[in-house]
Amino acid sequence: MKTMKKASRDSFINYGIVIAFFAIFQILAMTGILTNSMAGQLVPICAYIIMAISLNLVVGISGELSLGHAGFMSVGAFTGVVVSTLLQNKIPAEPLRLVVAILAAAVLAAVAGFLIGIPVLRLRGDYLAIVTLAFGEIIKNVLNCLYLGYDKVGFHFSLSDADSLGLSEDGIVILNGPMGALGVKKLSSFLAGIILLLVALFIIQNLVNSQQGRAIMAIRDNRIAAEACGIGITHYKLMAFVTSAAIAGSAGCLYALNFSTVVPKKFDFNTSILILVFVVLGGIGNMRGAMIAAAVLTILPELLRQFADYRMLIYAIVLIAVMIISNNEKAKQFIAGFKKKGGAE
Amino acid sequence: MLLAFLINGISLGSVYAIIALGYTMVYGIAKMLNFAHGDVIMIGGYIAFCSTSYLGLNPILSILCAIAVCTALGITIEKLAYKPLRNATSLAVLITAIGVSYFLQNIALLIWTSNPKSFPNMVSFVPSLKLGTFAISGTAMVTIAACVIIMLVLTFFTERTKMGKAMRAVSEDKGAAELMGINVNRTISLTFAIGSGLAAIAGVLLCSAYPTLMPTTGAMPGIKAFTAAVFGGIGSIPGAMLGGILLGIIEIFAKAYISTQLSDAIVFAVLIIVLIVKPSGLLGKYVQEKV
Repeated sequence: MKTMKKASRDSFINYGIVIAFFAIFQILAMTGILTNSMAGQLVPICAYIIMAISLNLVVGISGELSLGHAGFMSVGAFTGVVVSTLLQNKIPAEPLRLVVAILAAAVLAAVAGFLIGIPVLRLRGDYLAIVTLAFGEIIKNVLNCLYLGYDKVGFHFSLSDADSLGLSEDGIVILNGPMGALGVKKLSSFLAGIILLLVALFIIQNLVNSQQGRAIMAIRDNRIAAEACGIGITHYKLMAFVTSAAIAGSAGCLYALNFSTVVPKKFDFNTSILILVFVVLGGIGNMRGAMIAAAVLTILPELLRQFADYRMLIYAIVLIAVMIISNNEKAKQFIAGFKKKGGAE
Repeated sequence: MLLAFLINGISLGSVYAIIALGYTMVYGIAKMLNFAHGDVIMIGGYIAFCSTSYLGLNPILSILCAIAVCTALGITIEKLAYKPLRNATSLAVLITAIGVSYFLQNIALLIWTSNPKSFPNMVSFVPSLKLGTFAISGTAMVTIAACVIIMLVLTFFTERTKMGKAMRAVSEDKGAAELMGINVNRTISLTFAIGSGLAAIAGVLLCSAYPTLMPTTGAMPGIKAFTAAVFGGIGSIPGAMLGGILLGIIEIFAKAYISTQLSDAIVFAVLIIVLIVKPSGLLGKYVQEKV
């Protein structure tokens, strides 16, 4: 390990943490220590961790604030549902169907990311934030009144209701407007989630440690200097944005295929914010921090269930307190001193 | 028909404009996106509701009561949550604002439960104006009038008074303003106080027009008013006004002529088009970058 570069050592430690996380929870689930409600959270935790690291690529590595990341999750989720429903008879093997659905979700989310990225990345700072927020809301709003059916003739769209689809008798309604997709066949499993997480982590870490990744970070640190060095700003920003969108789409697919019903309202502004909170609390640009924050903050509300009414209040207070303490000079010095003692070799 | 929609649009837009003024002033001076602003509106609505329904105060008194409580709330939030983060990154401040927003929503949930309250129309003492077959509701008139008055008073305040000038100076250059003997902290507190007071007025007007009051009532108008502020050019007071009113008109026309369900998507799409054509908003200043 000593001869390895620091970056690749860090990457391997992250893979190790993910595998250890899988092993521990798998054992806990098998021995029955894990309660049912906790076991049900395992796939969503994986999905949220993937969302957090993909958003970290945009916010931490590329340095752009995005407030509409749930929009890509939504695109991926509904693509996944449509693809898996259509292929139900054509591909009987469930793992293969899941892989195809996830790939389709990633591709479509990447296309959405590309289309959104071109105009959006011309803007800066807070304007970029508000436009990504607007895109997230548009995606939610359109999916909320989209009806999609399938029969022998092909696809049927409608923006008003399910009856106006004009399906023949053997046709099926896949998307049901505000009610979303009903009767989704559950394909995701904890193992699938962990594999997807490892793949996502592999893609992101390799991107960050490559020449392209260094170009992206150079733009983040000083846009004008990077441009003067001949780095194409739009090209690299778009690369980070589209990669992030594709990974978010695959996470959305994983998430959606874990439940029997998926509604468009699930992927709203609050979800985007929730993921941003994971990234900021975990440490902007730090993949390991984002992963841990996502896992802890998804489990925390479950653990606080006994406080029922007060749990979101506690969550809010913790959020404010962490932000104030982590930005306090004295607290910073205290933590730095602590690190020095622990890290002395 | 067209005229009725237009009046409705301007009336809704006036509410957005009043909320957007709060966003834009705070952004101009503290350079932060105050996501908790929408929830201050909701608190304002609840205070006005309680003081009429439980205390039996008359509408004017309960509106004043709501303004007082929200102003105090705004100053408290600023002191407790935002002031320690004066020198922190904008992301940290943003997350804190979101934390405050969750906090206010959940406090409201605990105190007033999630059951929607039906809000009494506080401005019903103004009769509706009839012009032949065409009628303008009293609520719409009061909303528009309130918006115009607030706009005039605020413009006078920022242009002519000493406090207003201090406010503009701080928003332009905090360091230089401090050197000129301006109390920066007090000026920022004052801005929060004004913004929150306006939020209370907006809350009462919003709930008078759309009479369901829930802990999440403020969230969507908050996001839309924020959009309006950006639309008009964030940091600019006339911009917030223009953005708010245009947004209201677009929303009502989209609802009337295109689709009720898609109206939000249309509003946001217009915002994106405007920002692509004019990246700093309609009336925003384009800041030249120095290397």
